[in-house]
Amino acid sequence: MLVIPCPHCGPRGEIEFSYGGQAHIARPKDPEKVSDAEWADYVFLRDNTKGVFLERWCHVHGCRRWFNVARNTVTYEILAAYDAGAKPPKLDYETQV
Amino acid sequence: MTQSFRLPEGGLIDRDRRLGFRFDGRDYMGYAGDTLAAALLANGVHLVGRSFKYHRTRGILSAGAEEPNALIQLGEGARSEPNLRATQIELIDGLEARSQNRWPSLSFDIGAFNNALSRVLPSGFYYKTFMWPASFWMKYEYVIRHAAGLGEAPRGRDPDHYDKTFAHCDVLVVGGGPAGLAAALAAGRAGARVILAEQDSDLGGSLLGTNGTTIDGQPAAQWIAAARAELAAMDQVTVLTRTLAYGYFDHNFIAMVERVTDHLGEKPGHLPRQRLWKLRAKQVVLATGAIERPLVFADNDRPGIMLADACRTYVNRYAVRSGNKAVVFTNNDGGYTAALDMAAAGVNVRAVVDLRANPEGPATERAEAQGLHIMPGSAVVGTSGEKRVKQVRVGRVDPGSGRALAVSETLDCDILAMSGGWSPALHLFSQSRGKVVFDEALGAFVPGDPAQGAHSAGACNGAFGLADCLAQGHAAGRDAAKDAGCKPGRDGARAPEAENHGFLPAQWAWEVPSDKPPGRGGKAFVDFQNDVTANDLRLALREGYHSIEHVKRYTTTGMGTDQGKTSNVNAIGIVAKTMGREIPEVGVTTFRPPYTPVTFGIFAGRDVDGLLDPVRKTPIHSWHEQAGAAFEDVGQWKRPWYFPKPGETMHQAVNREVKAARDSLGIMDATTLGKIDIQGKDTAEFLNRVYTNAWSKLAVGRCRYGLMLNEAGMVIDDGVTARLGENHYLMTTTTGNAAPVLAQLEEFLQTEWPDMEVFVTSVTEQFATVTIAGPNAKPLLRELAADLDLSTEALPHMAIAPGRVAGIDARIARISFTGEMSYEINVPASCGLALWHALMTAGAKYDITPYGTEAMHVLRAEKGFIIVGQETDGSVTPIDLGMDWIVSKKKDFIGKRALSRPDMLKPDRKQLVGLLSENPEEVLPEGAQLVERVLPKPPMPMIGHVSSSYHSPNLGRSIALAMIKGGQARMGQTVLAPLADGTTVTCKVVSPVFLDPEGTRLND
Repeated sequence: MLVIPCPHCGPRGEIEFSYGGQAHIARPKDPEKVSDAEWADYVFLRDNTKGVFLERWCHVHGCRRWFNVARNTVTYEILAAYDAGAKPPKLDYETQV
Repeated sequence: MTQSFRLPEGGLIDRDRRLGFRFDGRDYMGYAGDTLAAALLANGVHLVGRSFKYHRTRGILSAGAEEPNALIQLGEGARSEPNLRATQIELIDGLEARSQNRWPSLSFDIGAFNNALSRVLPSGFYYKTFMWPASFWMKYEYVIRHAAGLGEAPRGRDPDHYDKTFAHCDVLVVGGGPAGLAAALAAGRAGARVILAEQDSDLGGSLLGTNGTTIDGQPAAQWIAAARAELAAMDQVTVLTRTLAYGYFDHNFIAMVERVTDHLGEKPGHLPRQRLWKLRAKQVVLATGAIERPLVFADNDRPGIMLADACRTYVNRYAVRSGNKAVVFTNNDGGYTAALDMAAAGVNVRAVVDLRANPEGPATERAEAQGLHIMPGSAVVGTSGEKRVKQVRVGRVDPGSGRALAVSETLDCDILAMSGGWSPALHLFSQSRGKVVFDEALGAFVPGDPAQGAHSAGACNGAFGLADCLAQGHAAGRDAAKDAGCKPGRDGARAPEAENHGFLPAQWAWEVPSDKPPGRGGKAFVDFQNDVTANDLRLALREGYHSIEHVKRYTTTGMGTDQGKTSNVNAIGIVAKTMGREIPEVGVTTFRPPYTPVTFGIFAGRDVDGLLDPVRKTPIHSWHEQAGAAFEDVGQWKRPWYFPKPGETMHQAVNREVKAARDSLGIMDATTLGKIDIQGKDTAEFLNRVYTNAWSKLAVGRCRYGLMLNEAGMVIDDGVTARLGENHYLMTTTTGNAAPVLAQLEEFLQTEWPDMEVFVTSVTEQFATVTIAGPNAKPLLRELAADLDLSTEALPHMAIAPGRVAGIDARIARISFTGEMSYEINVPASCGLALWHALMTAGAKYDITPYGTEAMHVLRAEKGFIIVGQETDGSVTPIDLGMDWIVSKKKDFIGKRALSRPDMLKPDRKQLVGLLSENPEEVLPEGAQLVERVLPKPPMPMIGHVSSSYHSPNLGRSIALAMIKGGQARMGQTVLAPLADGTTVTCKVVSPVFLDPEGTRLND
C-alpha cells in the first residue's frame, strides 16, 4: 500500500485515495472538429509506462481534491505530487513507454 | 503418561503449572512454556503425521516456524484449525490436537500404499497420467484432491472475533533475538518510536535455545530480562510478542498478525482472538534469524530424524531429550554444539558423522576434548525404522569420486540430528523487493541492497556469531533511528559484547554422497512437506524444465504451506549441480507473503454481519417496518418493496398498490433518490455540459428532466433538476448513482473546468422526500398546504415552489415518474416522518395507499419510462432509447462527440421497444433472450432481450420493455422468446408507452 503525499493533507495511506489514470489528458476544446480516431484516443487510449508516470489521484476520503502524482511504475517510488492543472515539476528521470 | 523424556531440571518451562492435553485421542501432560511439539517429545511421541503424497511416517523436524512435517489439526468443530505447526502451538490445558493426512489411523494408514507404488509416482505423475481425455480432468481432480489434502476446514462459522489496527512508527524491528533486541535498544535510546515484533511467545530468539551463553559478561537470560525491562520503560517503544510480521509491502507497509488469546486457557470475551496490524514504518530493521537446513540423503525423513539445532533447543529451552541414543550428522562446526548440549543432557551421542574430511572449529574441538566419537569424511547413506529411526548406515566419502564407499558402520539410535548449514530468513527482505545474493562461504543467500528503508541485521544478514549479531543489530537500530529522523543519544554508543562463533567452517554438499547410484537406495527428500526428492528435481531437469521457477512448479518443491523454508536452498543447490551451473545463475524462487499461513479471520476483522456494510434507512423507515413492508436493498438503502396486507401475496399487494395510484392516491417514500445541491453563477452552463439537453433557459421555479452520458456516449444516469433560485439548483440522481454522479461532477469541475464557479454538495440525507401520486394528489395537498396556489397556472407540471405542508417548511415539485398527477414533497429529514403521518391521516378519506419500489416499477413501465441500469447497461445511448428529443444538437455536452460515431448510427443497434406477449397472462422473465426464429437447439441468433416485465393491473395484461436490434423499425412485428423451460413465448413489438401516450393524466 502506497503512501501518497496529498498536496493539501500531507502523506496518507493509499486506501484514502481513488485512482484516476493518466494525467494531462485534456478534453479536446472543440470535440466536433476532431476525427473519430482522435476522439477514441482521447476517451480510451492511455500510455502503459514503464518508468515515471504522471497520474491522477483523488483524496476521496480526505479533502476530495484531485491532484497529480509522478510515480515510478517499476519501483513505485513517488517523486512528486502537484495540483491538478499545474505543470509537472522538472524531474530527472528516464521513461520508457 | 509420564514425561519420561523430560530432564529433571532446567529449561524455560514452568514446572508448577502442569497442563493436560490430548493428541489423537490419548491424554498426555506437559508444562506451561511448552509447545505442543516439545510436550509430545517429552512424552516420547515422534510420529505425528503422514506425508502429503506417499503417506510416509513423519516426525517433528524442527522447533520453529519452518516445520514441514508436524502439521496439526487443532481444536474441534467450528474452532477447528488445520495445518498448524506443532512447533509453534503453545500448550494450554485441555488442548485437543489431531494428526492429519492419515486414514484410518496414524500408525496404520491405507494411503501409505502410495509409498509402495512410489516408483510409478514420479514428479508430474498426475499431470502425465490423468491427461486423457481432457474433459475428464475435473473428475480425476476431485478424486486426487480428496486423496491428497492436509487438514480439514472447520465446519460452521468462526465463533471468534478478530480485530484490525493501524499503527505508525519510526522503526519497526522484526525479530526479538539478540540482533533485534540490540536494534530495538539502540533505536529506542535514540528516541525513536519503536515497535518490536516477535513471533515467539518470548523475547530472546536463538538465545532461548542455548546454554551457557553470556552477553556483556552476564548470562543470556539476564541480558534478555534487562533488555525487556529497558524497552518496557521507554514510553515510545512497543514490544509485541506472539506477533508475526508476515508480509512486507510497498512504502514500508508491513502486515503483522498478533495472537491475542490463542495461548490462554481462559479466553476473555472482550479480547479478539487475533489482531491484524497494518503498520507503516519509516524504517525497518529485519532481524528475522536463520533456518537450519536438513541434509539430503536416503530415507532422511523418518520420525526421529531432526534438525540438530532443534534437538539443542528442545534440551535447553524445554528440558526435553529428543531421544536416548543419538547420531549427529553434520557438514559444519555448528552441528557439534547440538551434540555437546545433547550429551550434557544425558543423551548417549553415539557418533558425530561429519561430511568434512578434516573436522575443525571451536565446537568440534570441544567435542574432541570431551571424547565424542567423531567420524570425519563420512556420510549417512541410509536409515531404517518404520515409525522411528532405528539404525543409520554410515559410509566413508571417497575424496576422489565424491561418492560414498560401502557402509563402514551401522549405528543403532533413536535420534538422528542433522545439520546442513543455515539459510538466512530472507522472506521479508525479498518481499520488499530487495535482491538477494549468494554468499559462497556461508553457502546461502544473503540480502543484497535493500529496495526500501530496510536494514538487515544478525543471522538473516549472514552474521552467525553472537557478537556480530549484536553489533549489527545495534548499528541497524542506530542507523534506522537516524534515517527516520531521530538524533542518536550518547547512551547507545556501544554494542553489547559476546563471543563470536558461528557455525562455520563447513563443507557444502547439497546432496549427501551415496553408496548407490542416484535415486537408488531410498528416497532422499528435499521438500518434506510436498514429498519432493532429489531424484524428482533431476527428473524435472531431464524433462526440460530449466528455469528454477518451472522446476518448482513441476515438482511442487517449496510450494507447501511451509513454502520451502527448509528445502529451497538445497533444491537450488541440487538443480545447480545437476545442470553444472553456479547457484547464482540458477537464482531463487519468489518469496511470497505470508511468511507462515494466517487465518482469514484477521482480514475480515470486525467487518462482518451488521458491520460489513452500512445500512441506510430513511427517516420514515420505522413506519414502513410497522406497516409490515417487505424491503429490498437498493445500494446500501433499505427501500420498501411492497406493503402486503395480511394474507396478501406479493402479486396481490403490488396490483393493489398500482391500481390505487392510478385510481385514487398512492404515497411513496422517495427519500433515497440522490439529491445534489448545486450553486454558483456558472451552474446553468455546467448543467449544459453534463446533461444532454439545454438548461440556459430554465426559469426559476421550473424543473427539467436530464440524461447524463459518459464520454463514450452511453447513458449513465437520469433525473430531474430544479432551479430554486438565480444561481441555485437541486439535482436528483438515481438512488444507486448518487455518489458516483457527485464524484463525476466534482471531477469535471476540478480537472476540466476549474474556472467555473460551481459548488456541488450532497444533500441526499438532509431531506426526506415523499411522493403522492394519483387523481387525489392535488385535493390532498390543497388541504395540507392551504397557503400554496396549486393551480396549473401557478404550479404547472415540472414546476417547484416553496411552501408549508402540514405546517412543515417544504419544497413542492410537481413532477411525475408514474404518469399520474403527482407531487414530490421535500422536507428537512427530521420532519420526514411527521409529514408522512400527516399525509396518511389526511389521505385516509382517499384510501391513500403506500406503494413500494415494485409498484413504482410497474407504474413507470406502463408509461415506458426507463430505469438506468435496467433498460441501460452501459452500452445504450439516448438514441437507442428513442430519446433523441432530449439530445441537444446545438451545444456540446459530455458524450456528444461519441454519438456521431458511425457505430452509433447503425440501424441494427439494440433499441428500446415495448413487447406484448400473445397470451396476456404470460409475464416474460426479465432477461429472456429474443429471436426471430427458434432453432431446434441453441445457439440461435439472438436479436435482443427483455429488460423489464410486469403484470399491469391497469391494462389487465402483461407488459414488457425490451432492447431489440433495430427495434424501432420492427413495430408491429412478431419476435419469439424461447425460455429455459422449453416453451416459446410469441410477442408483438409495440411502442414502449402503454398507457396515456398523450399525457392527459398529468393535467387536471
